[in-house]
Amino acid sequence: MSSDMIMELVRLILYLVGFLAFALLNAAYLTLVERKVPSWFQLRPGPIEVGPWGLLQPVADGIKLLGKQILTPQGADLIMFKLAPVMVVVPGVLCLVTIPFSEMIVPRNFNLGLLMIFAFGAFGVFAILLGGWASNNKYSSIAAARVVAQNIAYEIPMLLVVISLVFVTRTFNLHTIVEQQMGGFWHWNVLNLKASIMMPIAFLIYFICMLAETNRAPFDMVEAESELVAGAFTEYSGMGFGLFFVAEYLNIMVGCCVGTILFLGGWDCPFGLLPGLHWFLIKMYVLCFAVIWVRWSFPRTQFYGLLNLSWKILIPFALVNLLLTAFMLKLFH
Amino acid sequence: MSIDAQSVLNETFVLNLGPQHPATHGVLRIKLTMDGEYIVDAEPVIGYGHRMHEKMGENRSYAKFLPNTGRIDYVAALFNGHGYVGAVERLAGITVPERAEYIRVITSELNRVASHLLWLGAFLVDLGGFTPLLYCFDDREQILDLLESVTGARLTFCYYRFGGVCNDIDDDFVAGTRSFITRLRSRMPMYDAFVTKNIIFRKRVEGIGLISAETCRKYGATGPVIRGSGVSYDVRKVEPYSVYLKFNFDIPSFTECDCMARYKVRIEEMVQSMRIIEQALDSLPAGPIMAEKVPRTLKLAKGDCYYNVESARGSFGVRVVSDGSENAYRLKLRSPCFSNMSLFRECSAGMLLPDALALLGSFDLVIPDIDR
Repeated sequence: MSSDMIMELVRLILYLVGFLAFALLNAAYLTLVERKVPSWFQLRPGPIEVGPWGLLQPVADGIKLLGKQILTPQGADLIMFKLAPVMVVVPGVLCLVTIPFSEMIVPRNFNLGLLMIFAFGAFGVFAILLGGWASNNKYSSIAAARVVAQNIAYEIPMLLVVISLVFVTRTFNLHTIVEQQMGGFWHWNVLNLKASIMMPIAFLIYFICMLAETNRAPFDMVEAESELVAGAFTEYSGMGFGLFFVAEYLNIMVGCCVGTILFLGGWDCPFGLLPGLHWFLIKMYVLCFAVIWVRWSFPRTQFYGLLNLSWKILIPFALVNLLLTAFMLKLFH
Repeated sequence: MSIDAQSVLNETFVLNLGPQHPATHGVLRIKLTMDGEYIVDAEPVIGYGHRMHEKMGENRSYAKFLPNTGRIDYVAALFNGHGYVGAVERLAGITVPERAEYIRVITSELNRVASHLLWLGAFLVDLGGFTPLLYCFDDREQILDLLESVTGARLTFCYYRFGGVCNDIDDDFVAGTRSFITRLRSRMPMYDAFVTKNIIFRKRVEGIGLISAETCRKYGATGPVIRGSGVSYDVRKVEPYSVYLKFNFDIPSFTECDCMARYKVRIEEMVQSMRIIEQALDSLPAGPIMAEKVPRTLKLAKGDCYYNVESARGSFGVRVVSDGSENAYRLKLRSPCFSNMSLFRECSAGMLLPDALALLGSFDLVIPDIDR
């Protein structure tokens, strides 16, 4: 075995371990953020008991979930029921593979990165449908039916927005997309008014659709604890539930990463102060914070409210955005 | 057509909402017949929290039943006590000193504000917004602290006695109440900005859960539910009791008939309650807080008496029938939640599940008040 191959193997293992650790630690600690941030909104201290400042709370949660008995409801489709939590986590981790965190740190840089992320993003919805359906619980079944209609409602405007962006970037390669936006925040796609004057609106549409994609409030119709108890996850206990939970935060992270790359210039530093990786993480966590902020500020929309929002507002705007972008590209380039 | 073929064609299924469901706020069970997410029929099944309060009132002396009144509608416990005490006083012919009546009005109205604040938070939780609950509880805590200082309890109050109240209010309480009113008034614009003007909230409640005034009358609905349907029926105005005649206040009513109307009624009621409390504090007379010569064991003359108070949820009535012994011959409690809940079956037909839960939340049900 040549030394090149050994180096490649070491690199592979390091990336594998590093990224799994990064992904799962992020998912775990986003749950802490999810509990700590709203506690500031809500005039309460939040978790403070486990570790200093509640920092070990995710560990305690994990141990608790591992210690719980895993129950399978009577009449459930056993294989599907067990498979769903796994299927919901895997796409989240896989999506991270193509994400360039900085110029150097990108696990797998290939040309169809963006396409792959959206393909796997849709896969997670399928897993929730499966879990809800296999649970043999009426609340879960309702949630499973909801997730399908919700999927159609938000994926269309999201993809329309992304397509209009691909018109501008002319590539699916995330690394290249970021490189195009280098050189100051006025080059970022969100402010790239030369390409399309509707770019800020496109970013807004992307953010709203991302909330719906990750089943976050105000679009958490799938979980809807005051209507459907816990929706598709009602019958899951122990780590089965924990995996759905991990997947939710993984998806948020992926969504925020993609938002950062597509619209906010990825690792591009606006002031040249810190290295690129820091800026990427700052932008990503600001988006994550916004996701949490929205959740704790708004009540849940009605189900048809989301459909109305999607079909009457988001899709027309996304289409106008697509047309305008195409028109301007034809005109100026 | 055979039954099997019919059931296939209908494709409805039964969904048990409760008795342990986050949206029912207690042990209410609603048997929903659903067609997808549409409700075909909703049958409330009650009785999971039944404690036989009426029977208890018949097999113990009048004074011994007093603590029970705090457990009927525990969110607005003082009103139950007021109703019961008022009925017994009316039958026994006890005149309550004016100061005691003032204190009753002040504490009752405080309890109304506390109850509406709890409802506001819980309603928003029903709609999926969790944050307002904590703010409402923050305000409600202030009231509970005030009430604790005079009644000794924070939830299941037993403060009113036959002929007055058991503790006098002091200057601290008066000052605390005034500062609380200032505080809540300054926070009302915040609730307005974050809840009333919230676009998602408005979409969830405007035009949702229409209840006509006729339906309200048919089922005997009272309180904010009927006032949200445009009927300004309020026991405090219609059959004034205690010293409510002496205060200036309005009965808010809205004609939209939807959940938003009921929401606005309750918000406006908090404002009006604060008006009443301020007037009562300004004109609080000195004097005794208990009527003289009320015997320890009441023995009422034969008779039959009904006393109605406006609780936070509607008209709470107590009927006492006495046969001359130490115990009541018959005690009937008319609780507002029971009548209000009866509306649900008729009004929820054809609604979507989330909208029906918004409707259910807008009733402000307290399940022990239904079950008694």
